[in-house]
Amino acid sequence: MAIAALEVRGLSKSFGANVVLDDISLAVSKSEMVFILGPSGSGKSTFLRCCNRLEEPDSGEILLNGDSLTQRNVNLNKAREKIGMVFQAFNLYPHLSAEKNVSLALRKVRGFGTEKAIDVARSALDKVGLADKYRSYPSELSGGQQQRVAIARAMALEPQVMLFDEPTSALDPELVGDVLEVMRDMKAAGMTMLVVSHEMNFAREAADRVIFMDNGSIIEEGSPEKIFTAPTNPRTKSFLARVSGI
Amino acid sequence: MSQWERFTDTFFNRAVIVQYLPDIYHGILITLELSILIVVFGILLGTCLAVLRVYKILPLSFCIIVFADVFRALPPLVLILIVFFGLPNAGIYLSSFLVLFLVLTLVLAAFSEEIIWAGLTSVDSGQWKAARSTGLSLNQTLIWIILPQAFRLAIPPLTNRAIAITKMTALGTVIGVPDILNQATTAQSFSGNASPLMIAAIIYVIIFLPLVVASRWLEEKFSWRKA
Amino acid sequence: MSGFIEQFLNIQIMAAAWPTLLKGLAVTLMLCLAVIPMGLFGGLIAALASNSKYKIVSWPTIAFVDFFRSIPPLVLLIFVYSGLPFAGIRLSPFLAVVIAFFLNNSAYYGEILRAGLNSIGYGQIEAARSTGLNVVQTHRYVILPQAVRNVLPDLLSNTIEVIKLTSLASVVSLAEILYSADMARSITYNASPIVLAAFIYLIILWPLVRLVSQFGKNLDV
Repeated sequence: MAIAALEVRGLSKSFGANVVLDDISLAVSKSEMVFILGPSGSGKSTFLRCCNRLEEPDSGEILLNGDSLTQRNVNLNKAREKIGMVFQAFNLYPHLSAEKNVSLALRKVRGFGTEKAIDVARSALDKVGLADKYRSYPSELSGGQQQRVAIARAMALEPQVMLFDEPTSALDPELVGDVLEVMRDMKAAGMTMLVVSHEMNFAREAADRVIFMDNGSIIEEGSPEKIFTAPTNPRTKSFLARVSGI
Repeated sequence: MSQWERFTDTFFNRAVIVQYLPDIYHGILITLELSILIVVFGILLGTCLAVLRVYKILPLSFCIIVFADVFRALPPLVLILIVFFGLPNAGIYLSSFLVLFLVLTLVLAAFSEEIIWAGLTSVDSGQWKAARSTGLSLNQTLIWIILPQAFRLAIPPLTNRAIAITKMTALGTVIGVPDILNQATTAQSFSGNASPLMIAAIIYVIIFLPLVVASRWLEEKFSWRKA
Repeated sequence: MSGFIEQFLNIQIMAAAWPTLLKGLAVTLMLCLAVIPMGLFGGLIAALASNSKYKIVSWPTIAFVDFFRSIPPLVLLIFVYSGLPFAGIRLSPFLAVVIAFFLNNSAYYGEILRAGLNSIGYGQIEAARSTGLNVVQTHRYVILPQAVRNVLPDLLSNTIEVIKLTSLASVVSLAEILYSADMARSITYNASPIVLAAFIYLIILWPLVRLVSQFGKNLDV
C-alpha cells in the first residue's frame, strides 16, 4: 500500500468551548483531488489551514508523505515548501510585481539567485497563462489573474500537495472559469489537491473524492457520482438540496 | 543600602519636596489654566478658520492656508522668543503668560484648522448633495450635517495634537511663566537638590498619561468605525 | 510701523548675525542626522515589541511608549541634562539632547509604525508563511515595506516635529540655530536675528509642511 501524500489522524481543534474539528482522519493519495463541501461553520476551512499548521491543531497528527508535520522539532518552514496554499482573498503582496511575488520565496527560502528565481517565476506564470503579466502589479490585474498569480506563487516551489481554500469564492462569475482551467491542468499533470469550494460542477467533473463535513466531523465521503446523485446521509441530502435550490 | 539612600535623598528628598510643594502647586494651577485656555481657544479658532475655507473666498482662503502653513512650520519656541523679546521694543508690553497663551493658541489653531479641513473634505460629497436637495441652505448643511461628521473623523488626530501642544506649556519656563517646570528648576537651584525636578516630571506624567491613554483608546474606537 | 520693521526686520543686524546663525544651522542639521534615524530605529523596535504576543514584552513596551508620550520633551531634556548630574551622570548638552530625544522620538515613531503594522491584513502573513518564509523574512520583505508605505505621511509629519523640536536644545545651551539667534538678540537688543532664524526654519520646513497637506486624506496631520 502506497504512503498517502497527505494523511491526517485524529485532528481536533476547539476555539474556547466551541469544538471546530472533532477527531478528523483523512488520507489523500498521490495525484488525488479531494473536494470538501459543507455549510459555513462546518470547520472545513479550519481543517485545511491545520494541514500546513497555519492553525495549530489541539491534537492529532499530520503526515506529509509519511513525514510528521506535528512533531515537536519539525522544521515548519522547510515543510511548508512542500505544501502550497491558495487563499480566497489571493493575498498577493501589493508592493511587488507578479514575478517578484512568485520569486520571493524562491530567493529567500530556496536560496536561488535572483536571475534563476525570476526565470522559474516566469515559467510558473507562463503555466497559468499570464506570460504577458510578469511585471504587472496586483492592482493592475483582475481578480482571476491575481488568483492565478497566487497559484503560480505556490506552484513555483514545486509542492507535493496543494491546498485550495475557496479559491473562486471572491471572484466575479466570468473570471471563475480561468482559475478552474488552471486547476484542471494541475490535476492532469498529477498534482495532489485538497480543495474547499462551492464549485459543485467542477467537483462533479474533476474530483476523485468528495467529502461532506458538518459541525467539525466528516459526515459522508465517496465518489462525486455517489455523493451528488445518491447521498446516503440525511444531512448530506439536505445540504445539497439547499445549495442546488431543489 | 547607602546607594539607595543617596538616590532617594537626591531625587525623593521629603524635606525639600515639602518645602517647595506650595510653589509647585501654584505651578500646577498655572499649567492647567494655560492648557485649558489654549485647547478651548485653539480648537475654536481652528474650526472657524476651517469653516471659513468652505466659502471659497479665494483671498481669505489663501491667507488662512498661509497662516496654517507658517504656524505649523515654525518651532513654537522661536515664535515665543520673537513675540516676547520683540514686542516690548516695539512698544507693546505683554505678560509672559499672555505671550505663551497667544503663541500656543495660534499654533494649535493652525493644526486644528488643517485637521478639521481634512475632516470636512473627507465627508462624502453625497452628504452635501442629499442635504441641499432637501432644501437645506449651505450654512444649515454645514452646521447640522457636515461638521458633526467632520468632527468625528477629526477627534483622534485632534486629541493627539492638543496633548502635544499643551505639553509645550513647559516652554513658558524660558520666558519666566511660573509653570510647574519653572517652579521646579528654581527650587532645584535654591535647594541644590533634584527632588523638585523629579516631582515635576511625575506630576506632568500624572496629568498627561491619562490623556495619552484615553487618546489611544479613542483611536481604537474610531478606527473600528472607519473600517 | 517703522518701529516694527526696525525691531523685527532689521537687515543690518540680520546680516551681522548671519555667520553665527549659519554655524548654528550646521549644529541643527547634525542633531537631526543623529536624532531622526535613532528615533526611527527605536520606534521600529517599539512597534514590533508592542505587537508581541508575549505580554512580558508588549506591556512594558506600551508603558514605555505612553510614558514618553506623556512627559513634555523639555522636562525630559532638563531632567537628563541638569537632574542626572545629581546622580553622578554628567552629560554634554549634545549627548543630553540626543538621549532625551531618542526616548521621546522612539515613542512617537513607535506608535506610527505600530499603526502601520496593524494596517496590514493578516492574510499577508499567512501567504508569506505558507510559502516557507520565516517570521523575520516575512516582516522584512512583506510586512514592513507595506507598513511604512501606508504611514509615510504620518512619518513625514512626525519628522517635521522632530526638526522643530531641536530648537529646544537651545535651552540647555547647545549652540544650534535658535541658541545662536538668541545670543545675537541679547547682544543687539533686537529680535531680528530670531526672525532670521524663523525664515531659515520656514525655508526648510514650509515645503515639507505643504507636502504633508497634499497627502490630504490622511487625517493624522
